[in-house]
Amino acid sequence: MSAILDFLPLLLKGAWVTIQITAGAALLGLVCAFAGGLAAVSGSRISRAVAIVYVEFFRGTSALVQLFWLFFALPLIGIRFEPIAAGIVALGLNIGSYGSEVVRGAIKAIPKSQYEATVALNMTPYRRMRSVILPQAVVGMLPPFGNLLIELLKGTSLVSIISIADLTFNAQVLRSAALPTLTVFLVVLAMYFVMAYTLTLGMKLLERRAARSIGLGKLPYQPDAVKLAEPV
Amino acid sequence: MIWDWDYTRDILPDLLRGLVVTVQATLVGSVVALLLGLVFALLRRSSLRAVRIVTGAFVEFIRSTPLLVQLYVLFFVLPTVGITLSGFQAGVIGLGVHYATYTSEVYRAGIEGVPRGQWEAATALNLPASRVWRSVILPQAIPRVLPALGNYVIAMFKETPLLSAITVLEMLAIAKGLGSQTFRYLEPLTLVGLLFLLVSLPASLTVRRLERRFGH
Repeated sequence: MSAILDFLPLLLKGAWVTIQITAGAALLGLVCAFAGGLAAVSGSRISRAVAIVYVEFFRGTSALVQLFWLFFALPLIGIRFEPIAAGIVALGLNIGSYGSEVVRGAIKAIPKSQYEATVALNMTPYRRMRSVILPQAVVGMLPPFGNLLIELLKGTSLVSIISIADLTFNAQVLRSAALPTLTVFLVVLAMYFVMAYTLTLGMKLLERRAARSIGLGKLPYQPDAVKLAEPV
Repeated sequence: MIWDWDYTRDILPDLLRGLVVTVQATLVGSVVALLLGLVFALLRRSSLRAVRIVTGAFVEFIRSTPLLVQLYVLFFVLPTVGITLSGFQAGVIGLGVHYATYTSEVYRAGIEGVPRGQWEAATALNLPASRVWRSVILPQAIPRVLPALGNYVIAMFKETPLLSAITVLEMLAIAKGLGSQTFRYLEPLTLVGLLFLLVSLPASLTVRRLERRFGH
């Protein structure tokens, strides 16, 4: 038990780095996902082509290879990243490419009549997306985004390989310090599990709120009027 | 510093040797994932509550924690309790078990997609349980989930560079080794990226074709 107290502070410090990288990469990934997804459904051929290249490139290669490339190869042509920045950029771009497909799919899933209605109402393309399409599409995006967020959290362990002191890295440090290795790693796995579980719960909450905001969720109570309106 | 073609030509054979290891790890890992995933899916439907709960908890736990940490456990921690695995063995077991938790969900969806009438007909014909699964349910469940399974095989292929962290000399490990000898990382790492694309793009096109063939 006292051994656990000895190594816990270092692991918690690592977990904090893991959380920061997850948050940073999630934010960047979200921006990339919407940029990529909107470009993929846009009318311009060029932006569609850019979106396809981005998505296929980042989904087609390994996240670790992308991270190494940013960290080791780019400095040689003069672009240098801090390790943490390299981690956030690589993971964000990687998860963003998967997110782009989610955004594209969710937008495509909105019934065509909704587009036609916005055209009939003479809405600008921006207004159409902002007020009609996206509010409905976002509800469909949230469940797959939740899965991607868990993938991202697990993916942050890769940054330990470029010597960022995240949870995984600190577990390795403790391993070389000849502590009870099995206990250390069980605690580390449990910490990842708790973080993943928290994210899952948070996303569930968000899903329910988003569904309710466009009138898809369950009502908190069943108004009598609805029952009366039903044919007897 | 610009691209050096002579160096590229020199290192390509080494990287291709790494690609072979990468593909081997993917194939062995896939066999583990595809078989074990089916086992998990069947255990989660067991008539024993305890079996269902334990399998469910194990699957959730493995799926929510990083593969890299699991590989470290297999490679560095298991020897402390007397089980020593080579890097490749630990790698394919780790990959296989991790992705089995994903494929088990795919199988589950496939099994649940088989119409109820098929179960009822099998019961009416008094088929033994093993025969029901082998001849009625799985032959209908598996073809329609083949594309989803294929996607996970591709995902595993892209995860194999993690094996470099447990001393397996796959493509990325070789590229890193070459880079540290010459301080030229640009060529080896870019080539590794291209080689990954070269395999995974045709593979995902194949899966997309499968999807059209078995599409609903």
